Amino acid sequence: MSSIVKHHVAHHFYDGHQESSSAKLGMWLFLVTEVLLFSGLFVAYTVIKTLNPEMWAEASKTLDVTLGTVNTIVLITSSFTVALAVRAAQTNKNGEKNKQIVGLLVFTIACAAAFMVVKYFEYSHKFHVGTLPGPFYSYEGLEGANPHLFYGVYFLMTGLHGIHVLIGMGVLTWITIRAAKGHFYEDYYTPVELGGLYWHLVDLIWIYLFPLLYLV
Amino acid sequence: MATTETLDHAQEVSYLGAKKGIMSWLVTIDHKRIGVMYLASVLATFTLGGILALLVRAELWAPNITTEAGEAVGALFSADVYNRLFTLHGLVMVFLFIIPSVPAAFGNFVLPLMIGAKDVAFPRLNLASYYVYVIGTVMALYATIAGGVDTGWTFYTPYSASVSGPVVMMVMAAFVLGFSSIFTGLNFIVTIHKMRAPGMTWQRLPLFLWAIYATSIIQVMATPVLGITLCLLAMERAMGVGIFDPALGGDPVLFQHFFWFYSHPAVYIMILPGMGIMSELVTVHARKTIFGYRAIALSSIAIAVISFLVWGHHMFVSGQSVYAGMIFSFLTFLVAIPSAIKVLNWVATLYGGSIQLNAPMLWAMSFLILFTIGGLTGIFLGTLATDVHLHDTYFVVAHFHYVMVGGTVVAFFGALHHWWPKMFGRMYNEFWANISAVLFFIGFNVTFFPQFIMGSQGMPRRYYNYVEEFEVFHKISTSGTWLIGLSFIIMAVYLIQSLRKGEKVSANPWGARSLEWATQSPPIEHNFHEIPTVTEGPYDFPKAGGKKAH
Repeated sequence: MSSIVKHHVAHHFYDGHQESSSAKLGMWLFLVTEVLLFSGLFVAYTVIKTLNPEMWAEASKTLDVTLGTVNTIVLITSSFTVALAVRAAQTNKNGEKNKQIVGLLVFTIACAAAFMVVKYFEYSHKFHVGTLPGPFYSYEGLEGANPHLFYGVYFLMTGLHGIHVLIGMGVLTWITIRAAKGHFYEDYYTPVELGGLYWHLVDLIWIYLFPLLYLV
Repeated sequence: MATTETLDHAQEVSYLGAKKGIMSWLVTIDHKRIGVMYLASVLATFTLGGILALLVRAELWAPNITTEAGEAVGALFSADVYNRLFTLHGLVMVFLFIIPSVPAAFGNFVLPLMIGAKDVAFPRLNLASYYVYVIGTVMALYATIAGGVDTGWTFYTPYSASVSGPVVMMVMAAFVLGFSSIFTGLNFIVTIHKMRAPGMTWQRLPLFLWAIYATSIIQVMATPVLGITLCLLAMERAMGVGIFDPALGGDPVLFQHFFWFYSHPAVYIMILPGMGIMSELVTVHARKTIFGYRAIALSSIAIAVISFLVWGHHMFVSGQSVYAGMIFSFLTFLVAIPSAIKVLNWVATLYGGSIQLNAPMLWAMSFLILFTIGGLTGIFLGTLATDVHLHDTYFVVAHFHYVMVGGTVVAFFGALHHWWPKMFGRMYNEFWANISAVLFFIGFNVTFFPQFIMGSQGMPRRYYNYVEEFEVFHKISTSGTWLIGLSFIIMAVYLIQSLRKGEKVSANPWGARSLEWATQSPPIEHNFHEIPTVTEGPYDFPKAGGKKAH
């Protein structure tokens, strides 16, 4: 586990620098598309909230702030460990840090899994009491018109975010397997860095979702 | 430009012959082959969309007489079929043809050649974008077979959220096609930033690539919003979330905002590449340096920026506030400035040039005339007071087609003739190519000019039937479509013939100066033997005379 496998630059690049800087620019552009994908939901959130301010305030109180806070801490921690993994890959000379990279990534994936478990409990509670979107809404503890809209927006936003967490877990697992084989070292760590960038975005979106849905 | 390699080598195996067999095409990561596959695909979807247009116009040949029992006498199709036909025409032409047409076919083929690169930055992503496009196309065709969609290509709620039929499948098809568009745009931005040959500065970038760059920015930044919009619509239908449904506390106009936030920039995804092609055609086929290089380059970026700020002009009568309408109207007028900069610079380029009246130049001239008419009629529609009268009439239909067909489609076929010898190494029949271009120009005006008149007199768009007063205009319009159809049949014949029997061409049959002409026709698999070093601009033609064609 403490050796490295040399990376070969693809045929259409001059050198490794051109390759890695291209990949990085491509990743940033992809992150832009991700932000814009969510931006539609943020606009929908703003419009629906503005149309129904009182209902929104009431419905927001039914969310469990404690679970939300736990999940926020879990995700921020995972963002930190993935950053450490990138750092370890950048300074990995002859494969001596392979184990460290793998360990940090596994911890990150575990945090992601913990986030999903908490989310599962939150969702199943909502299914249980009937705080659901549209025609599935059956909860009777809320006043004001159309409280189902809040849960429509809630499930759309956290659902899309949850899908991104799952995709992130898949990507990080793939990177972990490659790291275990010694694919990443000081001259080549692009996938770790890009995977880390993606994971930071997933974290960042949650940092907006948490106050907007749980605290406002 | 700055390489003489083609003179030193005999004709070598080209990208077309480098590998053999169907599989070598299906799994290729060569940008040239992917470009050719896209070209074949968009020509197929264009044919499909064109046939649908012919059918729509055939139905409108004469007004139907409705009996007291409510049956339409003299109708070619029932009203339901007609609604599906025009919806499908719009969807096929917008999502399957125009959006991928120029960037994915010609952009893929010439972009790396023009900057002296061996390939795009992410060749596998490029191939993936093609297959995503194919999957989206199959989904759209499946939705068509499974009953069709009659919402119009705009999918306006609440109709689209409540009507029966495979709307979700069609919406998901558009969603998937959006991914293909994003992949292509992302790939091109990175390629232009990172893959340019030594000496290929931004100031020496061919103007086609400036336009493709601006297009790619819009593709990357606007398409995700369409994605989430279509997802919301699918959720609305599947689960009744209610975000767009006023009965459930939602807002139907929000859908229109979302839709046009993408779809207005999307019309610049459609027209900007056409403008880029124009800059190539008017220089190369007039043997003249472009007039106002920097102004044209920056006007592409200006159009991309402004395109994000004008979506509300589709909604002047949708219940948005008058104040918002005024701002959107003002911003809309701003688009006229960079567009006019381009048109005036192209005309100034042609002035004093040695203009070759060949097929690419005829298409370019058509563009100048038709796009100018299309652009100027846009000002009528961007003006609040006249828009109240003209919205949802044939005037809008005619305006849109003058810009999209008279602009983009005309430029597409100009590009097809311009780069055909480079792509396939053979020349087409010039005489028939001229006939086809002229016939199209006449047919197009016969089809769409009467629609301006009808629209200004109140003929509503999308209607199945109409009053007798409009019959003569509809008859003229429908006859025009046959001329257009004929011109494309002629084109198909001489292009297919040229693939087999066309005269072989040299590396640079037009005497052009940009890099794609510096390698042999058709190019070798890796584009260049050595990465070229660029020492001149793409339009540095010799001052006096210049070389003759062929």
